[in-house]
Amino acid sequence: MSGLRRGWFAVALAVALAAVLTFLTLPVVAIFVQQPPGDLIAALGEEGALDALWLSLRTTSAALALILMAGTPAAYLLATRRFRGRAAVITLIELPLVLPPAVAGIALLAALGPATVLGRAAGDAGAPLSLATAGVVVALTFVAAPFYLRQAIAAFEAVDPTLLDASRTLGASPARTWWRVAVPTALPGLVAGTALALGRALGEFGATLMFAGSFQGITQTVPLAIYDRFATDFTAALALSAVLVAVSAGILLSVKLVRGPDVLRG
Amino acid sequence: MRRLLALAGLLVVAGCGDDGTLAVGAGAKKPQLVVSAASSMKQALTTCAPDYADADLRLQFAGSDELAAQIRQGVPVDVLAAASTALPDALAAEGELGAPVSFASNELVLAVPAEKARVASLAELEQPGIKLVIGAEGVPVGDYTRRVLDQLGPRRRDAVLANVRSNEPDVRGVVGKLTQGAADAGFVYATDVEAAGGRLAAIELPEALDATATYGAGVVTAAKQPEAAEAFVDDLLAGGCHEALMAAGFGVP
Repeated sequence: MSGLRRGWFAVALAVALAAVLTFLTLPVVAIFVQQPPGDLIAALGEEGALDALWLSLRTTSAALALILMAGTPAAYLLATRRFRGRAAVITLIELPLVLPPAVAGIALLAALGPATVLGRAAGDAGAPLSLATAGVVVALTFVAAPFYLRQAIAAFEAVDPTLLDASRTLGASPARTWWRVAVPTALPGLVAGTALALGRALGEFGATLMFAGSFQGITQTVPLAIYDRFATDFTAALALSAVLVAVSAGILLSVKLVRGPDVLRG
Repeated sequence: MRRLLALAGLLVVAGCGDDGTLAVGAGAKKPQLVVSAASSMKQALTTCAPDYADADLRLQFAGSDELAAQIRQGVPVDVLAAASTALPDALAAEGELGAPVSFASNELVLAVPAEKARVASLAELEQPGIKLVIGAEGVPVGDYTRRVLDQLGPRRRDAVLANVRSNEPDVRGVVGKLTQGAADAGFVYATDVEAAGGRLAAIELPEALDATATYGAGVVTAAKQPEAAEAFVDDLLAGGCHEALMAAGFGVP
């Protein structure tokens, strides 16, 4: 009797898994099968598509560089020091994580838009943000940084404090301890955080459009180019989407590899 | 993003439409009509929709090109009211839409911030350094803009287009960039300037540029409520929604 009941339950679980798997993979697979692969590749040869891919690569790299440079030491501080208001600081840092993209766009306009003090100062300094590539980098950094920071804080928290103590006892400066002991030990977590931030930055759409606009080669990243072609050239939209799917899959896979083969084996 | 969400919302709305019992709760059993309309008509149509007696209107607003793409992809819609006649005509030729009718007109204008505008005339748009924002190609407002600029001749047109800093996927993007001070000027419809509530000023374009856009509507071939859809198109031509359109600054085609 109990064996029968267990059999029924196992079947229900398998059906649920099949439903989940079908629902989640069907749209992604459809991107690749709706058009012959040759058409997709040909559509990527279009000048605008290449411009979008190149712009996405440059802006995402710039955003990641900013996030790593400022985020890694900031995360280390938050992971290793206990101070009043620490929880509040972490919550504030994580907030963009759950903000809808449209809210991020409005927030950036309210803080750094061309009508604001800061936005005007950036323009006067010869580095305008709105309708400029720099604005795309700002938008990507804003939405992607929390993904890295969360992971980095967790990774540094997991570093055995006795390792850091030993390093300092042996005469290494705090900075050297951070760079030679803490960062290498936390590296898998830092890489995972980088990949998550990369994925979020590559896919950014709403904040970029609202804050930076959409212009080929200047502010039109791949997601904006996909949207631009949605109505006029669906094949080109599919082709660019296929590239983002491939890159995203690569990011996911590399995170799993860095985290160790255990994850891949399941 | 917002428009993708709108598409998702439309799918949900259309899904509910399959279930006739849902309309009963609303009192009198009226047919439910899904209307896809160009974003520029949002204010006018949301004003007249509650008073429309013959059907329960479910309005969806987006760029006309996108609404047309949705219909081609089989999203269930009863009426398309587009910001051009080219898109409804193309859909009709493909068999997706019944014979379209022209129901309203709108005028393309050069919009500038109401205060401290850097641009006071169309000619000033050609000066280097002016930040211009227009609709993207394939979006009706963007196509109208390019068509109007073509009338200027290649030299003046190229001088204007060289100042474009953003090709926005819909007219709200252009208005937003102007009201936020990101751009000095943009081409939008007269009704958009009206709707911006005093924050924008319109510079009318010379008659010779032929800047009047005609709006076309039609009943979708796959409409679930073809008769109610036909009646709503008539209302756009002469009923309460026609009045609302005129009040919002539209003209008679």
